[in-house]
Amino acid sequence: MTTRIEKRFAALKQEGRAALVTFIMAGDPDTETSLAIARALPKAGADVIEIGMPFTDPMADGPSIQASGVRALKGGARMTRTLAMVRDFRKDDGETPIVLMGYYNPIYIYGVAKFLADAKAAGVDGLIVVDLPPEEDEELCLPALKAGLNFIRLATPTTDDKRLPVVLTNTSGFVYYVSITGITGAAAPDAAKVSGAVARIKRHTKLPVAVGFGVRTAEQARAIAEGADGVVVGSALVDVLGKSLDKDGKATAGTVKAVADLVTQLAQGVRAARRVAAE
Amino acid sequence: MSVQQQPNSFRTGPDERGHFGIYGGRFVAETLMPLILDLEKAYAEAKADPTFQKEMDHHLAHYVGRPSPLYFAERLTEHVRKTASGLSGGGAKIYFKREELNHTGAHKVNNVLGQIMLALRMGKKRIIAETGAGMHGVATATLCAKFGLPCIVYMGAVDVERQQPNVLRMKILGAEVRPVQSGAKTLKDAMNEALRDWVTNVADTFYCIGTVAGPHPYPAMVRDFQCVIGRETREQMQAAEGRLPDSLIACIGGGSNAMGLFHPFLDDRSVEIYGVEAAGHGLTGLHAASVAGGRPGVLHGNRTYLLMDSDGQIAEAHSISAGLDYPGIGPEHAWLNDMGRVQFLSATDDEAVAAFQLCSKLEGIIPALEAAHALARVPDIASQKPKDHLMVVNLSGRGDKDLASIEAFLESKGR
Repeated sequence: MTTRIEKRFAALKQEGRAALVTFIMAGDPDTETSLAIARALPKAGADVIEIGMPFTDPMADGPSIQASGVRALKGGARMTRTLAMVRDFRKDDGETPIVLMGYYNPIYIYGVAKFLADAKAAGVDGLIVVDLPPEEDEELCLPALKAGLNFIRLATPTTDDKRLPVVLTNTSGFVYYVSITGITGAAAPDAAKVSGAVARIKRHTKLPVAVGFGVRTAEQARAIAEGADGVVVGSALVDVLGKSLDKDGKATAGTVKAVADLVTQLAQGVRAARRVAAE
Repeated sequence: MSVQQQPNSFRTGPDERGHFGIYGGRFVAETLMPLILDLEKAYAEAKADPTFQKEMDHHLAHYVGRPSPLYFAERLTEHVRKTASGLSGGGAKIYFKREELNHTGAHKVNNVLGQIMLALRMGKKRIIAETGAGMHGVATATLCAKFGLPCIVYMGAVDVERQQPNVLRMKILGAEVRPVQSGAKTLKDAMNEALRDWVTNVADTFYCIGTVAGPHPYPAMVRDFQCVIGRETREQMQAAEGRLPDSLIACIGGGSNAMGLFHPFLDDRSVEIYGVEAAGHGLTGLHAASVAGGRPGVLHGNRTYLLMDSDGQIAEAHSISAGLDYPGIGPEHAWLNDMGRVQFLSATDDEAVAAFQLCSKLEGIIPALEAAHALARVPDIASQKPKDHLMVVNLSGRGDKDLASIEAFLESKGR
């Protein structure tokens, strides 16, 4: 079975360009606005949408995504609403791949089997669960693969050649290379080092490799896109969203546009890249 | 919770993947996974190396001041016997395991010594830690001073406020205390921030966790380092009374002082074991009793009992004791609860403060508010036991750090 993620990356390979993967937090700052942003993303040039499942204790996230999660939870975000948002998005977009990203506890408490069934039915294509390394594959990864969802794993600078095969074994859809050791939104990645790392991962897998953590500008997106199959941007988008809110933290008339405008710029950066990615 | 089938031994866990029954595990980001595997290997090697143990014993004796005494709390025993007068000749004989007499004033140093020696062995150049009450932070700052390592301690901003003496101690010892402003600004948030530091500084940093929680191998490793408490208690009780104790009682936040006392006795089925969680304002209000009021979930690297809402969002705990103010518990405790081997009780802020005052006045020992939670349940249990019942309370820390909290609490109650 081919998922939307696999189809999208295959199509972009034909086009000869990298994917722009955009992250937003479900329910930030409220359900309606976050759905409106999700709907605006493909038009602005996003190829894959990652939707964050808010969690009180995001151990691997920096201040931007932490703040985004706090706003979402304050706005009443719940797992059922996150899944409803995907369902609503799918009503008029059957193509754009959607990946849910977050931490395990809210999924575990929702119930793994019910979560997988409901996510699949809502139109989710893949999952990224930060605190589930391959050592815990039986928890969610294997059931997710069985349910026909991609399970996208993070590879990091600490994932050496010996460990890469362990990480890649049950990974599907794409590999998410974390360009720095650190939390989301921290240091800017070094494009030269990143393309070397991507090449190293590609020696172990045929899967596309997307790169994220710390990409903020169109220029950085362009540089990364020259050496990778995808560029993931998250913190920069939720920061722009945060800045667009009024003093009470409510969405304004400019909120959706602010995020979409940055995505448009990033998409131009990705499309301007001269592809030298190792195949 | 129904009691599951009993194992042949309660002391063989965890399995090779770090599980105690369904609890424990390694729920961490990929960046940390190679570090945790390295740590597991380095700890296994150190554990098997007699020179490591010998060096540790040396420091435990000459620097920490072990063994800590097992002390007969005569006036508390008399007090309990008087209040138990309705029963014919009732009231257990109460002993204190005096962990508050260790250097730095709590049991925390036992574990930190082990981890810092391991960090040196692994060639790590920088130590980070989280702290609640500040006792683990102080112990870590102390051993970093002794061994010449830079030390960064993450501490919730609320805890920085209510445990000022310990903040000052850490600073004097040369550590950097970083107040954490996220979430409830207590221990849970300090742990998140320490994990974020670790994920950023993977190459040279050793994360010294203060309790029997976190990803495997921490729960087992911290337990092993704390088991000196229970081993000494066995020997000392043999020497004092010629036999094993009949019951053990300790406070439980993450549960390292409790696990250190309990573990060497888990297979002595005659020994009753009680853990006391912090009931804060009461189990129907804000509290920190994760077994009494929580359910299994995944946080900070392990599956265990957690306080949370119906959507899996972690709840903010409350206890007057900063050291118990955490919405989880070590995974081995979670398993021992399900197995029925340890009975979990709780004590409210009010009860802990009353026990703090009683112990201070009757025994001339000012206990930490954490240990006061264990003391709070002693009269109820001890008064139901016969006079020849030997009970050991883990006096896990001293209360100097809590004087300001106690004063504020008593003022707020108009006492």
